[in-house]
Amino acid sequence: MDFDLTEEQSILKDSLDRLLADRYSFEARRGYMASAEGWSAEMWSRYAEMGLMALPFAEADGGIGGGPVETMIVMESLGRVLALEPYFPTVVIGGGFLRLGAGDELRTTLVPQIMDGSLKLAFAHTERNSRYDLTHVETVARKDGHGYVLNGAKSVVLHGDSADRIFVTARTAGAARDKKGVTLFLIDPRASGIGLHGYRNQDGQRAAELTLDNVRVGPEAVVGEADNALPLVRRVADQGIAALAAESIGVMSAMHKLTVDYLKVRKQFGVPIGAFQVLQHKAVDMFVATEQARSMAMYATMMADAEDADERARAMHAAKAEIGRAGRLVGEMAIQLHGGVGMTMEYDIGHFFKRMTMIDITFGDSDHHLRALAEAGGLTDL
Amino acid sequence: MDLRFTDEEIAFRDEVRAFFRENLPEDIRRKMIDGEMVSRDDLVRWTRILNEKGWAVPHWPVEYGGTGWDPMRQYIFLEELQKFPAPSPLPFGVNMVGPVIYTFGNEEQKKRYLPRIANLDDWWCQGFSEPGAGSDLASLKTRAVRKGDHYIVNGQKTWTTLAQYADWIFCLVRTDPNAKKQEGISFLLIDMKTPGIEVRPIVTIDGGREINEVFFTDVKVPVENLVGQENKGWDYAKFLLGNERTNIARVGISKQRVARIRELAAKEMSGGRPLLDDPRFREKLASIEIDLKALAITQLRVVAADAKRGNSGKPDPASSVLKIKGSEIQQATTHLLMRVMGPYAMPYQSETDEGSNEPPVGPDYAAHAAPGYFNYRKVSIYGGSNEIQKNIIAKAVLGL
Ligand SMILES: Cc1cc2nc3c(=O)[nH]c(=O)nc-3n(C[C@H](O)[C@H](O)[C@H](O)COP(=O)(O)OP(=O)(O)OC[C@H]3O[C@@H](n4cnc5c(N)ncnc54)[C@H](O)[C@@H]3O)c2cc1C
Repeated sequence: MDFDLTEEQSILKDSLDRLLADRYSFEARRGYMASAEGWSAEMWSRYAEMGLMALPFAEADGGIGGGPVETMIVMESLGRVLALEPYFPTVVIGGGFLRLGAGDELRTTLVPQIMDGSLKLAFAHTERNSRYDLTHVETVARKDGHGYVLNGAKSVVLHGDSADRIFVTARTAGAARDKKGVTLFLIDPRASGIGLHGYRNQDGQRAAELTLDNVRVGPEAVVGEADNALPLVRRVADQGIAALAAESIGVMSAMHKLTVDYLKVRKQFGVPIGAFQVLQHKAVDMFVATEQARSMAMYATMMADAEDADERARAMHAAKAEIGRAGRLVGEMAIQLHGGVGMTMEYDIGHFFKRMTMIDITFGDSDHHLRALAEAGGLTDL
Repeated sequence: MDLRFTDEEIAFRDEVRAFFRENLPEDIRRKMIDGEMVSRDDLVRWTRILNEKGWAVPHWPVEYGGTGWDPMRQYIFLEELQKFPAPSPLPFGVNMVGPVIYTFGNEEQKKRYLPRIANLDDWWCQGFSEPGAGSDLASLKTRAVRKGDHYIVNGQKTWTTLAQYADWIFCLVRTDPNAKKQEGISFLLIDMKTPGIEVRPIVTIDGGREINEVFFTDVKVPVENLVGQENKGWDYAKFLLGNERTNIARVGISKQRVARIRELAAKEMSGGRPLLDDPRFREKLASIEIDLKALAITQLRVVAADAKRGNSGKPDPASSVLKIKGSEIQQATTHLLMRVMGPYAMPYQSETDEGSNEPPVGPDYAAHAAPGYFNYRKVSIYGGSNEIQKNIIAKAVLGL
């Protein structure tokens, strides 16, 4: 076993952390959030210059040929500063679809645009009644000549309002929750019949509601296998879960550090409140939870590329359930130990708590994944 | 032993319910159900309806406008009010400064302030906490120096709930900086229109506008606004904080939220069926219901004991038990309500903040779910944090 980073990976981590320490203070982030896009276009180009966008792509496609560990490094660091840019939907999810599902032509056209920072992507899967079930697709794509006509609506599409292209799941056959009959399309949000309403989420990240009203697409819009996109969708969502687990570690470690620092400086009854043993123990509980979550984030990272869909899914259920639970404990305690200041918008800790809460909901909350793991028979490879 | 209400109590409960049904304005009820903040005007309207009926300050002595109800009836009234759900009367006047005034104030003060509290002619806020004095309240620094007929007040209060609406603030101020810290504090009533007072809003993590900082610069307060004796303010503050016994667990609010969770979980879908049909969801809900049932009975035990003995008005560790469990259950319900919304808990839709969303996203009842969860982290922090409550129980009950 080897839990260490390679030299290249350490360099990646250090240079990204340096950039973020320099440019992503809490005040800077507030400015990025208040801008028209809701994130920093300048940071986005910096990421591109650093090669972050090229990380997961094959060398043959001009990429760096990194894997889940590189993604873990980036996501953890972005989590520590609550970065607002669309790295997750563009590179992790969108990039995942292109790497694992797209034909040569589409891939070789779009991957260079991701790498130079000019193309941003989003993934539209949530529907009014789907909750967290990726098979629940009521949006319809009707065959029309060689192409398709799409009708339906998608909700809470992360960074949907800044995306240049959006991946959309739609049903080409079967009923709402059939495993077969789902097709993945890549659409241009400027196409006629598309409605897009952008807004801010609780954690300051952008999202959008997407409506599809007789949207015509050609046959080239299909990514992966028509009528059978679920294996691809699940695989990419699993990689997304591993990335979110890594981001959570950044968020949780930041909350833990901020809280321990606060316990040392906040004085009541003439002593730093960190002198009270009950608060020491709570800080320790936060620490233990963060370490448990970190282990599961590593596990998820190692399993993110597993070919066996069933084994991979169990690992992701386990990891997502764990980071959800641990994140809630760490976040709630962080606020509690800060007292009144923890309740303010102006202070940083609450923003970490909110991001953690939203990560839990993204691609299924801890209850959902615990249930899914239990229904799948549990973790059998203990 | 009998855990049921008597026939008279049940008749009383039905009377109270009927009154709420007939008299609470529908727009206010709607806001309460949606978890929206009621406005100043809403609360004034509702308080006046209650006051008209003689129910604005049930627990006060009859001579000051109370109903003369025994503690059990007072409890039933409050639980029904919260369950309905109707807004609770403004606690800073009705539960805090009002009882301090009728217990420790002079006749002039009782005449001047009490009727206006009951009718919400005066909106009161509570000026206790300071940036450096939270859990350690007695270390407060806001100074009041006597000069002839006035005190000159300088300093800062913080976390002051709804000070933006307030006509008056009751403050703990330091009048003797040389005495032991608990012994140099006085209880002052200050008109918010006095020159030298500045209120600055603090936005909470959910985007809400409910707390403020209040700054005092050479604020002249007439000496007749002192309650009781100079330097005895700490005793009055302890009385005030321990006085809240019949409502501290907020059982009615949690019962109402549990009912709301049931109602909405029947509408929201999961795996092709209502979320409420999911056995694992039901288990979570049932678990909260068990906790809540136990809490309601614990609360009633305290109320029944008070009914027998008479409420001593002294701080009692039973309040701490109710506060801890009550806050935990309130927090559990807001979390589960957020869970019901699934992905629709994510969009930020605050009415007060510019970043909010128009038109609303998802079901119209989703907007307040995540903010409610965030906001309710406060209930284990304010009014004596849960850690402080546990210190009290450890010391006073367990003798540790
Ligand atoms: C939404 C909101 C509304 C409020 N409204 C009002 C209001 O209207 N008027 C008013 O006067 N105040 C109000 N407060 C203030 C509230 O009473 C204080 O926040 C509370 O007393 C805690 O003080 P603090 O915030 O300074 O935290 P601190 O006292 O600094 O506490 C920080 C942490 O240390 C812990 N701690 C402190 N001392 C000990 C100890 N001895 N042992 C173990 N743990 C300890 C606390 O439990 C907490 O977890 C409000 C607060 C909030 C959040």
